[in-house]
Amino acid sequence: MLSDQDRIFTNLYGLHDWGLKGARARGDWDGTAAILARGRDALIEEMKASGMRGRGGAGFPTGVKWSFMPKQSDGRPAYLVVNADESEPGTCKDRDIIRNDPHKLLEGSLIAGFAMGAIAAYIYIRGEFYNEAMRLEAAVKEAYEAGLLGRNAAGSGYDFDIHVHRGAGAYICGEETGLLESLEGKKGMPRLKPPFPAAVGVYGCPTTVNNVETIAAAPAIMRRGAAWFSALGRPRNTGTKVFCICGHVEKPCNVEEEMGIPLRELIERHAGGVRGGWDNLLGIIPGGASVPVIPKSICDTVLMDFDSLQAVKSGLGTAAVIVMDRSTDIIKAIARLSKFYKHESCGQCTPCREGTGWLMRVMNRLVEGRAESEEIDTLEKVTRQIEGHTICALGDAAAWPVQGLIRHFRPLIEERIAAYKRNGAPMSMPMAAE
Amino acid sequence: MPKLTVDGIEVEVPAGSSVLQAAELAGKEIPRFCYHERLSVAGNCRMCLVEVEKVPKPVASCAWPAAEGMVVKTDSPMVRNGRRGVMEFLLINHPLDCPICDQGGECDLQDQAMGYGWDHSRYREPKRAVTDKELGPLVKTVMTRCIHCTRCIRFITEVAGVSELGATSRGEEMEVGTYVEKALSSELSGNIIDLCPVGALTSKPYAFIARSWELARTDGVDVLDAVGANIQVDARGPEVLRVLPRINDEVNEEWLGDKSRFAIDGLKRRRLDRPWIRQGGRLEPASWDESFAAIAERLKGLSGEKIGAIAGDLVDAESMLALKDLMTALGSQNLDCRQNGARLAQRRREFYLFNTTIAGIDEADAALIIGSNPRREAPVLNARIRKRWLAGNFPVAAIGQPADLTYPVEWLGEDPRTLTALLAGEHPFAARLKAAKNPMLILGQGALARPDGQAVLAAAWKLAAECGMLRADWNGFNVLHTAAARVAALDLGFIPGTGAKGFWAMRSGGVDFLWLLGADEFDIARIPSSTFVVYQGHHGDRGAERADVILPGAAYTEKDGTYVNTEGRAQRGWLAVYPPGDAREDWKIIRAMSGVLGQPLPYDDLASLRRRLAEAHPAFARVGAVARGGCTNLSGPAGDPAQMLPTPFTPAIENYYETDPISRASPTMARCTATFGAPAALAAE
Repeated sequence: MLSDQDRIFTNLYGLHDWGLKGARARGDWDGTAAILARGRDALIEEMKASGMRGRGGAGFPTGVKWSFMPKQSDGRPAYLVVNADESEPGTCKDRDIIRNDPHKLLEGSLIAGFAMGAIAAYIYIRGEFYNEAMRLEAAVKEAYEAGLLGRNAAGSGYDFDIHVHRGAGAYICGEETGLLESLEGKKGMPRLKPPFPAAVGVYGCPTTVNNVETIAAAPAIMRRGAAWFSALGRPRNTGTKVFCICGHVEKPCNVEEEMGIPLRELIERHAGGVRGGWDNLLGIIPGGASVPVIPKSICDTVLMDFDSLQAVKSGLGTAAVIVMDRSTDIIKAIARLSKFYKHESCGQCTPCREGTGWLMRVMNRLVEGRAESEEIDTLEKVTRQIEGHTICALGDAAAWPVQGLIRHFRPLIEERIAAYKRNGAPMSMPMAAE
Repeated sequence: MPKLTVDGIEVEVPAGSSVLQAAELAGKEIPRFCYHERLSVAGNCRMCLVEVEKVPKPVASCAWPAAEGMVVKTDSPMVRNGRRGVMEFLLINHPLDCPICDQGGECDLQDQAMGYGWDHSRYREPKRAVTDKELGPLVKTVMTRCIHCTRCIRFITEVAGVSELGATSRGEEMEVGTYVEKALSSELSGNIIDLCPVGALTSKPYAFIARSWELARTDGVDVLDAVGANIQVDARGPEVLRVLPRINDEVNEEWLGDKSRFAIDGLKRRRLDRPWIRQGGRLEPASWDESFAAIAERLKGLSGEKIGAIAGDLVDAESMLALKDLMTALGSQNLDCRQNGARLAQRRREFYLFNTTIAGIDEADAALIIGSNPRREAPVLNARIRKRWLAGNFPVAAIGQPADLTYPVEWLGEDPRTLTALLAGEHPFAARLKAAKNPMLILGQGALARPDGQAVLAAAWKLAAECGMLRADWNGFNVLHTAAARVAALDLGFIPGTGAKGFWAMRSGGVDFLWLLGADEFDIARIPSSTFVVYQGHHGDRGAERADVILPGAAYTEKDGTYVNTEGRAQRGWLAVYPPGDAREDWKIIRAMSGVLGQPLPYDDLASLRRRLAEAHPAFARVGAVARGGCTNLSGPAGDPAQMLPTPFTPAIENYYETDPISRASPTMARCTATFGAPAALAAE
């Protein structure tokens, strides 16, 4: 279990002052100039050594990502874009960081921006996070007034600006290049890669897009050292992570824990356990809506980090743990996710545009059992036709929940189909966590 | 120059090429819907997926840069499965209404479904239906068929330069349309019909008319503007049903203006299909012999200087040469082709050509447009200017009536005084022209068809010379014509000989016998009743109305003809259908007339006429080519810049859709005029 001394987000629950005074009391903005004085390369090396992997879902090593930024400008300015468009169903970590610890994000933006040679950071915040955007803007104002941002930011001699940009509430604008398009005022449609944002990003300039949690953790890593961070967790899966536990647990919560904590321990220690006891567990979606569900048998032993979850054909994603007990109609739950992905597909490329609607319609029938059992295979194949064939990862995200369902709950679907054939009418099923 | 391997074949491609281009070099056909050579890369259809070694997922070859040592597989199981999957997705919401779809037979989706489709559908859900969009009188939409490739959006935005098409909604509900329903205002809108890989956008006038396999295809040259766009004339039996652009990178790339594409229904209306003779004030049907006899009768005893001929805008070089030869035989030098009164100088070819050439626009780095609206006068050429502007660092300024040319233009003024200021170096744009490496100017007919046209021409040449547009390696002096026949006529010397009468004199009673070879574009009513008018042409338009004898000729789709475009490029079109009724190819009519007059012209077939043509001007010996070069002789055309008048330049074309007898006879062009013409004042206004 993570000791209190090792916590990065010390005001995750908003028990203390979120403002600059409170943040300073918690150690934020302390010696920022000295950190920057270590130089760009040193900061990037520190980040690389920490083993930090991006907290937005894909888990790409952050230090490596920073190092892709051009060392010498070709005349174009560079930008840091902070992805605060937290839209993954089940995830609410960035929201709480911005709400209760906004200065961690701002200081992190300055440090990260300096490390990659950016002149400014754009924080693209989800449109629905109205109150959080207000608070973030208030924090930015505080920071400017205190001389922590703007010219000679935090007395470092480096000029750095932060702009807060509110989105309009489209899931696809959380995809890094979709976000850049949206930031430029265009329709949020992911871009083709290559070129990657580090070469051609926002307004055609070198850009790095990082998640809020990643950036907000940067000051602590720089202050306490890569060795401290990498000592937490497991190899290749280092550090701490904010887990969002929701669903059928006694006490849904956000909690910062060490990477690699056993899933069962995470739930029982922090969320009061599964409603009705661990044996009442049906399955868990361990990393936000887009990763495949895992059944209880896997939940019993799996560790919560990138590699362990990948090994059981799921993923850490955003670490939004969605717990479902035996009262759940898992087919209906996954059908709801299919509806979400159909609704949020941008429509740009064929497999996702056409495939997500197909998935949703078949899933809706499977909820009732109004299907033939061969259609399960068809459905599985359709998900394979979407996965890996699209411009961005939304296609994969739409495919995986359905694949997880079929992989682990196929007998349940077949039983539903058989029941429909027997009774000729939809069974009355309990509702999912709607 | 990266080297890579495609299906075991090693190819070397220019840097910056995509894998798709590399595969094409290796002779591998990659299916595609969204990719188009002349549009930006969208990469959204996912049909062009290929496998690249060391890349875990199949990649869209259109958007993947070819790199050194890359190993590409275009026909692996991964690729086939990927493409089959994409094809299935494209088809689940496609209506599969091929039997009633106009695209049938030339549909990319249909063709590629043969390669990657299944024989049955696994999709059991309701299909999507989309409300059709009204895009005006030219483009018909069946939006349920749309596969969202966005080619039309990219064309309209990038090439046509009007941001009128876009996609609304997202995901499955994404629809291509004009946001607020309106007719596409671009003169190039018809090209989206060609670009659409399915039957979502089809030709409205051509709807349900024919199947592609019923059509006979003939290569032709467009004559409805002076660009000389290469076209393919599709005919069934005696009817021209459709005109499509042919690819010619030096002229029209693969675009075609809407008038050139859609005015062809005018070829079936108001046609002159038999000779007519005016008797007692009324035109009466006649035979060829009677008409020739009537003409011979009138010519009897008439001296050469009382005979004249005016050539129109759509005429082929062959018939103009034949008419010139006939006139010479009759002792007349009263010839003119400048029926719009343009003060064109014929002394040197550089004075009346688009010397930079259309492809040469790509090399220019500053432009000045004088008295021209290229968007209306030559939409395809205007798209080339826009393409150059898109490439960046290309300031464009213009003198004339401000208009939206689809690229930013600095409007310097409306009348020749601005030109005077530029000449004097008083205007700041003169410095920018001088600073440019390859500056060019475009002189429109609106600047030349006015009393001081000669002075404007001289001033423009002088400006060109002073701004470094006339160099041994670059000629930036360009005259933009609006008449397809004009350059050939000037090449052939279809202008008054020394001391002979020109257009104004002939029009106003200077001759007793006037032969109008398809000449309709002037104030015909000004010809006094004492002048005997022979109208030879294909449409019962203004000229025929005034004629004393009508000789029915052939339209451009009905004869083998040579045309010289504004660049000076001689191009040939072939006969696609026969002229209607008793109408004949024009040079043959003149040849027959010469026989009746006892002055037989020395050619009995097209080959010998064309030999004579090549002798008359070397341009006709190099069909398809253009002699592009610099300018070494800086001495300009006659004219004194000081004589320029302060009256504003007026546009040469008011209504793009109706400029000639064919488009005036076209119901489609009439609908366009009604749609895009100046709106009538509203009652509540």
